[in-house]
Amino acid sequence: MSDYFLEVKNLTKHFPLNNDLISRLGGKTRTLKAVDDISFFIKPGETLGLVGESGCGKSTTARLITRLIEPSSGSIYLKDDDLLSLPPERMLDVRKTVQLVFQDPYSSLNPRKTIMQILSRPLEVHNLAKGWTAKRRHVLHLLRLVGLGVEHADRYPHEFSGGQRQRIAIARALAVSPQLIIGDEPVSALDVSIQAQILNLFRELQQEFNLTYLFIAHDLSVIRHISDRVAVMYVGKIVETGTVETIFENPKHPYTHALLMAVPHADPLKPPPRLTLQGELATPVDPPPGCRLYGRCPIATDICGEVSPELIGRGGEHYVACHNI
Amino acid sequence: MADPVLQIEDLGVRFHLKRGRLTAVDQVSLTVNRSETFGLVGESGSGKTVTARAVMRLVPIPPGEIFQGRVLFDGENVLDKSDAEMRELRGRKIAMVFQEPMSALNPVFTVGNQISDALRTNLGMSKREAKERVIELLNLVGIPSPESRYGNYVHEFSGGMRQRVMLAMALSCNPSFLIADEPTTALDVTIQATILELIQSMTERFHMSLIFITHNLGVVAHTCDTIGVMYASHLVELGTKNEIFANPLHPYTQGLLNSIPRLDTQAKFLTPIKGLVCNMLEPPQGCKFNPRCEHAMDICSQEVPPLKEVAPGHFVACHLHP
Repeated sequence: MSDYFLEVKNLTKHFPLNNDLISRLGGKTRTLKAVDDISFFIKPGETLGLVGESGCGKSTTARLITRLIEPSSGSIYLKDDDLLSLPPERMLDVRKTVQLVFQDPYSSLNPRKTIMQILSRPLEVHNLAKGWTAKRRHVLHLLRLVGLGVEHADRYPHEFSGGQRQRIAIARALAVSPQLIIGDEPVSALDVSIQAQILNLFRELQQEFNLTYLFIAHDLSVIRHISDRVAVMYVGKIVETGTVETIFENPKHPYTHALLMAVPHADPLKPPPRLTLQGELATPVDPPPGCRLYGRCPIATDICGEVSPELIGRGGEHYVACHNI
Repeated sequence: MADPVLQIEDLGVRFHLKRGRLTAVDQVSLTVNRSETFGLVGESGSGKTVTARAVMRLVPIPPGEIFQGRVLFDGENVLDKSDAEMRELRGRKIAMVFQEPMSALNPVFTVGNQISDALRTNLGMSKREAKERVIELLNLVGIPSPESRYGNYVHEFSGGMRQRVMLAMALSCNPSFLIADEPTTALDVTIQATILELIQSMTERFHMSLIFITHNLGVVAHTCDTIGVMYASHLVELGTKNEIFANPLHPYTQGLLNSIPRLDTQAKFLTPIKGLVCNMLEPPQGCKFNPRCEHAMDICSQEVPPLKEVAPGHFVACHLHP
């Protein structure tokens, strides 16, 4: 029996670009390395925060774990099951265990269906409630769990605000009593006062149902708030991972450091945000060998341009991928 | 010492929609002094952008209507100006940077072309002079190899670079007043840090006044001198940056500051503002915040509290501070 609830090993997703016949004959195909050989684990009942800037592969990782897209290589273990070699009928069970909450509650809810229809769909797919009364009871229970009322069941998504829609999306994920919820930027589209409500809701539900979370966000203060452990991604690679205290109090990787320095504190007495890196985000299309941060990094040496650093343990659960630490 | 450039007095903007009449800005008064950086903060739909657009007279009329108030720029009421006079003002005196450069810039003209167009129309430059000036501007805002970037289209730039282009365009005619509407919201933190630094150095270098619109309290904490907080069409609190952060008086400002997860400590639960933002088509009577306010009294649902000075330079619109 594995100690980990979810374990990802050497997960890789490469998207071929210009993959048409003419480019292939001319040798002009390119590869977008969205996720490149990443490994991490999540223990039962904990929250792993996955943080990084746009295009770094966070969402691709979420989609790979839920098998919405197939990886190029690597393996994903959910407890003791290897998800990638699971037969389709067992995969349905896994989908009951792992649920996804998306960023934009405006596009993730079908505008033509009522909330009742939206929330009873997973019950039908997984055969969890038979007959209208049973479904209705279950749906009303779900609505109460996420802080909505009975009166909301027969309305359509457009009648709700962004925060309420995100509550509905969470209710839909909870419908099948999952154990792992993957939140793909679930609070990024919300205003601060509403964001705080939804973050609290995630916490309450975790305590009540002993849920495990993979929480993806680009906002570091959200990550700091919700996570037990944090993994920092940069252009397809995990560059540093550790407990939330280690990452925020004692970051080792120059990228993590730069990211933290760039966040504006909501406190005028704190130092202003600044960027300690040069230039802009590297591209994941045909990246050169070596560290992805090479060229922007203030402490780079020659080896950084040649060899890609591995994640190396620095004591405890702290892992850093850097040649110069 | 105070040298007001922009004075908004009792501004009211509403929209006549099929679904009803929506008051987007109500009784907003504020002053921006020369070389001052004014941060206008609020959540979506609070009226920040409409206030800024009213200054530029960019509110579409109809369905919009500026139903009351004055907007004095250098002592003259912008709302009384003719369309021709407004064209004189826009770009040359007041310039604006928008949130989404991809939709604010024209995709079918090259970047150089668009900026030089503004220079040729507004300042009557020749084609060659304009091109030289544009390259100078692109260089100024930190775009590498500006000569070759001159002929690029918007889609060939990254998000941060597009915002630099917007800024170059805004600066092109030497305006004395800049309005930046959520200029960094669509950007990653590391890019945001560089753009904030750039905006700050530009306003200092050219002695510009700036209205910075954002929902991010972290951003205003480091860029602005004065902060105005808007909630549901009203300006609810106004004061210096340090006053607002150290001594927030309006329950909404307090709630907003409490809702943000902090970077330096970890709390199990946040203290959110309860309830939802009111429906602006059917706003509550009295103070718009009263249904969500923990300190609400009877009077709060009857009368709209006026903005009052409670300490020197610190204004608040709340019945708790009469």
